Amino acid sequence: MTIGLEQFITVSCLLFAIGFFGVLLRRNTLVIYMCLELMLNAANLALIAFSHYHGTVGGNLFVFFTISVAAAEVAVGLAIIVALFRRRQTVHVDELNALNN
Amino acid sequence: MTDIFFYIFSAIALASAFAVVLSSSTVNAAMSLIVTFLSMAALFVLLESYFLAVVQVLVYAGAVVVLFLFVIMLLDERETAKRKAGVLSTIAAFVGFGILCVGIVAIRASESLTAGSDAVTSVSLKGFGQQLFTTYLLPMQVTGFLLLISMVGVIVISKKAKTTES
Repeated sequence: MTIGLEQFITVSCLLFAIGFFGVLLRRNTLVIYMCLELMLNAANLALIAFSHYHGTVGGNLFVFFTISVAAAEVAVGLAIIVALFRRRQTVHVDELNALNN
Repeated sequence: MTDIFFYIFSAIALASAFAVVLSSSTVNAAMSLIVTFLSMAALFVLLESYFLAVVQVLVYAGAVVVLFLFVIMLLDERETAKRKAGVLSTIAAFVGFGILCVGIVAIRASESLTAGSDAVTSVSLKGFGQQLFTTYLLPMQVTGFLLLISMVGVIVISKKAKTTES
């Protein structure tokens, strides 16, 4: 059996599912953030696979933009987590319920 | 040969992704994240987009994970490390995972994933740069501006936290 588009998309879907699983399961903000990165990366893999097997450049360029936006997003998100920790002394999502009551 | 590499690297990527989700220590999760990103860079090489593989290693395995490690070291989270998820969110996680897996099976069964004609391309670095500075010039500049905004934003956020603390 030769490796085609379908195999790459399957791996990408599985990685996305694992990231989603982690986002719902874990209670630590940092690990949730890592799982979000995992999901972004899975989407990147799908885009590159489609771009490769359809003979277009667009997917590759889109992944380039996704990576730079993700880098910016990580910087801002981690700064927010640090600011939150300074204020509340926790990174545990169950204790960050100020909007809930 | 390519098949063997595909199976090896996707197995490593999936296993270390599970390690990210299931490891109890945050530092171990970050280390597993590096392994995932590196094996995904290898998958990018198999898809012949060499430039993006290099960018993946530099930006994700380099910058992003180092940033994560810095923040983990910065935060003293000895007391928050051992928290477990509630029953409801555990059930929700498994149900969500199951639904996505069913989606994968459905996609594979429907055979809607067909590769385009026989055009399998590899993007040269020259072609990549040419596209970036002609067709995609506006998104390129917007991205640059976005990076500037995020840099300023990070500085503002960390400064504000300092002034409220003192």
